Formats: sequence, C-alpha cells, structure tokens
Amino acid sequence: MKLLLIVLIPLLGTLLVPFLAGRSRRGAAVIAGALTAISLALLLSFAPQVFNGQILVSSWAWMADFGLFVSFRLDGLGFLFALLILGIGLLVILYAAYYLSPRDSMPKFFAFMMLFMGAMLGVVLSENLILLLMFWELTSLSSFLLVSYWHHRSDARQGARMALAVTGGGGLCLLAGILLLGEITGSYELSVVLASGELIQNHALYAPALILILLGAFTKSAQFPFHFWLPHAMAAPTPVSAYLHSATMVKAGVFLLARMHPALAGSDLWFYLVTTTGLVTLVFAAYVALFKHDLKGLLAYSTISHLGLITLLFGFGTPLAAVAGVFHIINHATFKASLFMAAGIIDHEAGTRDMRRLNGLFKYMPYTAVLAMVAAAAMAGVPLLNGFLSKEMFFVETLHLRHTGDWTWLIPVLATLAGVFAVAYSLRFIHDVFFNGEPHDLPKTPHEPPRWMKIPVEVLVLLCLLVGVLPAFTVGPLLATAASGVLQAPLPEYSLAVWHGFNMALAMSFIALVGGVLFYLMRHRLFALHDRLLPGGFGAKQIFDYLIHFLVQGSRWATGVLENGSLQRYMALLVGAAVTVGFFAAAQYDSVEFPSLASSNIPFNGAALMVAIALPLAAVGTVILHRHRLPALVMLGVVGLFVSLSFVYFSAPDLALTQISVELVTIILLLLALHFLPQETATDSSHGRRWRDALLAGAAGVGITGLTWAILTSPFDTLSGFYLEQSVPGGGGKNVVNVILVDFRGFDTFGEITVLAIAAIGIYAMLQNLYIRPNEPGPYGWATTKPPLLMAVVSRPLLPLALMVGIYLMLRGHNAPGGGFIAGLVVGIALVMQYLASGVEWTQTRLRIDYFKMIAIGLILAVLTGVASWVVGYPFMTTTFTYLYWPVVGKFEVASAMVFDLGVFLTVVGITMVILAELGKLSGPLASQRALDNERSR
Amino acid sequence: MELLISAAIGILVACGIYLMLRARTMDVVIGLTLLSYAVNLFLFSSGRLVSNAAALISPDAAAYADPLPQALVLTAIVIGFGMTAFLVVLAIRAFGDLGNDHVDGKERR
Repeated sequence: MKLLLIVLIPLLGTLLVPFLAGRSRRGAAVIAGALTAISLALLLSFAPQVFNGQILVSSWAWMADFGLFVSFRLDGLGFLFALLILGIGLLVILYAAYYLSPRDSMPKFFAFMMLFMGAMLGVVLSENLILLLMFWELTSLSSFLLVSYWHHRSDARQGARMALAVTGGGGLCLLAGILLLGEITGSYELSVVLASGELIQNHALYAPALILILLGAFTKSAQFPFHFWLPHAMAAPTPVSAYLHSATMVKAGVFLLARMHPALAGSDLWFYLVTTTGLVTLVFAAYVALFKHDLKGLLAYSTISHLGLITLLFGFGTPLAAVAGVFHIINHATFKASLFMAAGIIDHEAGTRDMRRLNGLFKYMPYTAVLAMVAAAAMAGVPLLNGFLSKEMFFVETLHLRHTGDWTWLIPVLATLAGVFAVAYSLRFIHDVFFNGEPHDLPKTPHEPPRWMKIPVEVLVLLCLLVGVLPAFTVGPLLATAASGVLQAPLPEYSLAVWHGFNMALAMSFIALVGGVLFYLMRHRLFALHDRLLPGGFGAKQIFDYLIHFLVQGSRWATGVLENGSLQRYMALLVGAAVTVGFFAAAQYDSVEFPSLASSNIPFNGAALMVAIALPLAAVGTVILHRHRLPALVMLGVVGLFVSLSFVYFSAPDLALTQISVELVTIILLLLALHFLPQETATDSSHGRRWRDALLAGAAGVGITGLTWAILTSPFDTLSGFYLEQSVPGGGGKNVVNVILVDFRGFDTFGEITVLAIAAIGIYAMLQNLYIRPNEPGPYGWATTKPPLLMAVVSRPLLPLALMVGIYLMLRGHNAPGGGFIAGLVVGIALVMQYLASGVEWTQTRLRIDYFKMIAIGLILAVLTGVASWVVGYPFMTTTFTYLYWPVVGKFEVASAMVFDLGVFLTVVGITMVILAELGKLSGPLASQRALDNERSR
Repeated sequence: MELLISAAIGILVACGIYLMLRARTMDVVIGLTLLSYAVNLFLFSSGRLVSNAAALISPDAAAYADPLPQALVLTAIVIGFGMTAFLVVLAIRAFGDLGNDHVDGKERR
C-alpha cells in the first residue's frame, strides 16, 4: 500500500496544488514541496529492505483477464530512479519557486510538475508492463504541458508538439513491443518477463519485439536520429529542462534499457542495434554541442551525447558495463541538473542565453560561476569529480569487447574523440560565459541570484564533489543496489576508486582532456569551417517539418478523395466495402458443401415457383421503369404484394397481414411524395458509373444469394421451441408471434414503437414551414378536380366497418392472426381513405383527433403495463392473464398484455395518421397559396 | 427450390442496391424499399420455409413454423415503413429547400 502511495501522492498533488493553493504563489510551491517530501520519506522508509536486496511487489487486479494488474515493484533500480525523481524534484521545486516570474501561474506550473512526477514514478516503479506503458505515455503528455507552459510563445508550442509527436510515437512502438513480449512470455509482470530472458531471445518474435521496444527507448532518450526534439524542447522554462531534460524524462529511455536488460540484452542483435545507436549519438551530439551558441542548446546536445554514452554502455550487454551505465545515470543527473539550473540563473539575471553576448560574468556572479564551473568540470570528466569516475569505467569497458573483431580499435577511438568534444564544449561553457572579455549589450546588469535559488545548485554540486572524491563511501551502496536491480543477478567485481594506477583508460582520459583544450583553442577556425560546410546546421527539424507537412497534405488528399461531400459516392464505398468484407469472410469457408439441387425441403410447386419467379421479375421491372416514377411505383407495389403472398404461403399470416397493410400506406405515401417531386428521372449517371453500380449491386446480390442458400440448406437448430411450448401456459395466447411481440419480447416492441414515434415527430418537424408547390398537371394527369363522388359515398359508411374490423383484429390478436400492429395499420388506412375520398379540408373539419396525443397515450399505456407489474412486485413487463365468460362470445381470455397491445395499436394509428395527414396537408389550397407567396417573396 | 428462392432474394437485393446508388432521392427511396423487402424475406427464411404450419397453437397442428424470425420481421416491416416515411419527407424537404432532388443536394455540372 505504501508503495502505491509513493506514486499516488504526487498524482493527487495535481489536483491538490491548484485547489488548495488557489492564487497563492508561495502556497503552491509549499504544497508541491511538502507532497514530494512525504513521498520521498515513504520511499526512504523502504531503504533498509531494498539495500538488503529485497524486491518489494504489491499488486491489485485491474483487468486480470487481460493481464492488467495495478502492480508496483521496488528494487534497487526503481529505488535509484525514484530517489532521483523525488530528490531532484524537491530541488527543482525550490528553484522554480524563485525562477518563475509573477506573470507565470505557479499553481498551474506545480500541478503539471506533480503530474509529471507521479507519471515518472509510475514508470520506474511499475511491475506490470502495460501499467508502465500508461505511465510512460502520461510522461509524454505531461511533458507536453510543461514544455508548452509558456504557451504564448510559438517556439514553445512547436517544441512541445514535436516532443509529443516523437516520444508519443515511440510510446506506441513500445506498446506493440510490450504486447509481443506478453505473447512470448504469457505475462506482463516484470518478475516473469525478466526471468525468461532465454525464452525471449530464442523466440521468433524476439527481433520485432526488441526493435519496437528500442524505438520506444530511443525516442524517449533522444537517441540519433530521434534526438532533434530535445533541443527544441529547450523552449520550456529552465526548471522544466533541469528536471525533465537532464534527470528524469530523457532518462526513462535508458531506464527501460536497464529494466529490460536481463530479458533482452546479451544477444548480437541487441549489441549491434544499441551500441551503434549509442555510439553515433555520443559522438555526433558532442560535436554539435560545441557549435551551439545558446547556453541551453549546448546543454541539450551535451545531454543527448551523455545519453548516447549510457545507451552505448547498456549496449555492450556485459554486467560491468551495466554497472558503469547506472553509475553514469546518477552522475549525469547531478551535474546536468545543476548546470541547467546555473544556466537558468544566468538567463534570469543577465536576460539572455546567447554565449556570443555573455562574457566575463565571473565579475558579476562569482559564486554562481564557481558552482557552474565545478559542474561543468564534472561534465568534462575532470578527475576528483563524479563525471571522471563513470567516464573512466566507460573507457575501460570500451577496451573489453568481444563482438567487434577487427574493429576493436574503433569504439575506444570514437569514445576518446567524444571525450575530446565533451572537454571542448565544457570548456566553452566555462570560458565563454564567465571569462573571455566583457558582456555585450545585455538587457540587464547581471548579479547574484537570491540566496534560496542557489541552494539546489549547491546541493547538487556538493554531491558531484563528494562522489568524485569518496565514491565508495557515498554512492557505493546505492550503486551496488541499483546495479543488482538492473542485472537481477549477483554483481560482478568492480572497484570504486579515484586512482587505479597507470592504465589505458587513464591515458584515454588524459588524451580527452588535452585534446579538448587544444580543440577549444582552435575554436575560431573550427567555427568558420563549420559555418562554411554546414551553414544551416543539421536539418533534422526541417526533415521533421517536411514529414509533418507531407502527412498533413497526404491526409488532406485522402480525405478529399474519399470524402468529397457526395453521398452517392459514400453509398458506393459503403456497398463496396460491405461486399468486399462479405466475400473475404465467405472465402474462409472454402469447403462449404452445398447440397445437390434435387434435394429440397421446400415442395416444388406453383406457389413456391410464383414467389421465386414473379418476385424478381417485378423487382427488375421496377429498376427498368425507375426513370418513369409512377409506373415504377406500380411495379414496386407488385413486388410488395408478392412478398405478402409469399408470407401467406410460407405459414406467416401475421406477416402477410402486416405486409399488405404497410404496402398500402407506403404506396399512398410515395404517391403523395410524387405529387411534389419530379415525375421523371433524368439520365445523369455516365455509362461507366451505371456499369460500376450494376457490378456492385450484382456482387451484393450474388453474395446474399449464396448466404441465403447456405442458410436454407444447413441443418436447422432454433430456440423457438421455448416460445412454442410456453406461449399458452406462460403468455395465455395461441398466436405465438403475437405473444412474442407483446409478452416475451415486449420490451423490444416498446422500443420499436418509441422509435416510430420519434420518426413521426421528426417528420412533423421537417414539414413545418415547408412551402412547396405541387406539380402542375403533367403527362400523368394529376387530378385537380374534386374527389369522385362515388368514392366519397362508398367510403363514408365503410369507415365504421373498417374500424370494427380493426378492433376485431386487435382483440383476437393474442390467439389468431392480428394484433396491435396490424389493427393499427388497418384503422389508419380506413382513416386515410376518408382523406382520399373526401379531401383534406373536409376530413379535417370532421376528424378532430390530435394524433400526437394518441401516440403519447399509446406509449404511456405500454409503459404502464410494464410498471403495473412492478407495483405488484414482479419484474418489469411481467404479464398475467385470466379467462372471462362473456355472454354470446363465450370463454374469453383477458391478458394484461392486451393493454400493451392497445398501446401499440394507438401508437401505430397515430403515427400513420401523422405521417400521411401532415404530408397530405401540404397539397391543400391553403398550403399551395403559401407556397406561391413564398416563391414570389423570394 | 432453395436455390431459386435464394436467387429471388439476391435479385431483390441487387435491384435495391442498384437503385440506392442512383443520384435521385426518389430512386433511393424505391431502392431502399426493395432492399427492405429483401432483408425481411432473408430474415424470415432464416427460420426455414414451410407451408401449412402457422405458429398458432392447436392440438391438430403437426408442425409449427419458427415464430421468432416472424416476430422480428413483423416489427421490421413496421419500422421499415417509418424509415421510408422519414426518408420521403426528407426528400421532399430537400427538394423544397434546395430546388433539386439530387442526393448530394446539388446538381453536378
């Protein structure tokens, strides 16, 4: 639990800092500092166990089935990193409290800071790899917020975006790699993964997993060629750079290399990939650092170079190299954080970071100068400072490589060369800034910073010195614990001492120091040469910008091609995609055995043949006639009638009744629509497009044919036995289809009538304020005369009859074909008949029914039947029934489901009437007059 | 016989989709109606096709047709009407507001 708190407290601080501090600047810093201190104290309380070599794990299941646990792990490596994160975090908070100007919001800054701290602690303390990845991405996100803290500056926004794109992209690679690792080992827990190094490295997926994980690590740790985001992230406030870009976030990549060392390291592939990347980064970035005129730019490239050095060490894959790597992580964190802070002080007090203007500052701030010089000397690897020790261990390791063969000399030579560059740029940092003449037109007169701003630098520089002079007494135990955490195995023999006698490594250090000084002395000639050869510098940013530009253009092009605003095209794409997917799916079943054509369960007779032949004929007829819409509608009606007939023939009387009623109202509806829409379709598709559409439609037809055939001929297995058995005893009705609708699946039906009601309201809304003139009498002779008298005379007495038929259909629905849906449609048709026969005005003055109220009452009835069963203590929509004896009728069954069916009936009547009557009103004389007025006023 | 009926449904689908790919709203409505017929028949036939076996419980019945697809298709037919109506009114509204009946809302040059 305490382990979880170490991570949780800073994360909680993200909320606590802004809420508790309000607008208090000091308060924000105090709260952030206090939370960090608590977390640090918790961590230190584990120190005795960790130094004893224990590995503490605490775990909670999250989504255990997917291998996701909230599990944390504290071993030497995690302890070291957590110590760096919290310790340096504390110093940075103190520093930032004095660094930020009154214009900057402190609560916001510290809230982001705490978020980052929590995320970073999560990365180093996670036991579950997926959890680790989540924290990993959280560090990318929170670093985006921190780098873009001065969001009014465009360089800050661009730098933040670039950092997010590169590290976030790397995070995705890492996710893929982790998933592969999980595939290989069967677990995402580090304890399992770290113990299965042999299994992983002999697995076929080792190479892809390794490459993906390395991509994650290299992007985070700014390794070549992904290094370019780090210099641009220098637009961040300096405390952020001191924290993220020296000690913590950029170390997450090398942390991952260290963490996965037992699982992934040691193979040839690992050696070549990691060593090459590290070596190139080390030398290249050290060279570039020399030519940076921006103080933070120099430090950024120096950081990249040192990260390259650490990567190189882990690439060697030997236990001793890993120890050296861990040692350099500690040392680099201390001297680089203090250097960034010193650079921040200089920027803060002198107003610029440009080394061409900053000269001779020693006079103005001698104390800061001394601190910075010690830290810079540690960076250069001067003896008696911590940087010297780990660099010497590094030089020793370069001399004992087994992989390189004839190229044994290459790595030591390049390492020494990088050492030369490092000495040169460190020297420049010291000489250019603090000596070398007088400052040029600085915005401010530089002076020493406030007392408290120096303390973090003092602490770190003191550590550099202590470790450098007395390594075994200071850092010894921590290094041993952390290194054993990396190796998960007993430590190799090594000695932490300043003096190892005269040997090759010492010679390399000496060459680096002397060579660096010489190199710096020749700097003017080198600068001139560099400017002539590479005037624009290295174009990584240009390449990145070009890539982003290319991606944006590419997606814009793809969007333009796919999404050009034509619904017709979307339809074609949709059908095409569905057909493609369908055929691919069908191709999986290459051995479907279609039975011979002769064997058939459906009797081969006239009725079946009629369905099979007349139906497609009428459909094809509709297509052929579709340019002439009225005949096409007639053909469509024919199709619908044949569909009803096939329902009749294949034992579905309810469906047949529904289909034939719906057919009627649909055709009336479409004819009404045709009153307003054009009567003919112009030929506006090209020949090619029509062929393409025919091909698509044909393919879909073939697919559906195959699918239906496969279904019809496959063995039949259904769950309908339950409904057939329970219909009478459970639902009290003999018509199983109706019982399913109003009882077994009543809730579905309720949803469906609700959808219908919504559609009706939508239709009503769409017809509001629509003034459209009906078609003039055209070739099909729209009648403008009054409805024929005969029809009016016949239809009026027909209404009560039709209503009676409807009510009869509804009442008997539970036991015989009928029910609410069908009855509703029949009554609806009877009412529409009045509109057709007697005209809209005539009917409206007599049929004063509010159909919306009707729909509402229907829905309420349906709900009430459901709720009623609640009231008497049964689940929602439980039905009950009983038998009554009516005179004349005899034994009569009354079910509560019938009330539900009544609701369905009312809703369906209401909906039909809203749709047809509203549409019919459009063609009334009043509406036509309005349409005319409207056109004139336009 | 199964193949013939399957082919009939397939042809219905093909006709419906062809019309739905046309550029005029009315054609799309007709196409959608055809496609609804086809889909309803398809769902219905998944309960297999038998004659003289309506799912009305009676002591004399030898066999029953599968009632479940029938119940599903019944509501599908009614919902299909609602959808067609919505689409038709949308088409009228679009024609009234835009002055053309192209599905894209504007005539192509």
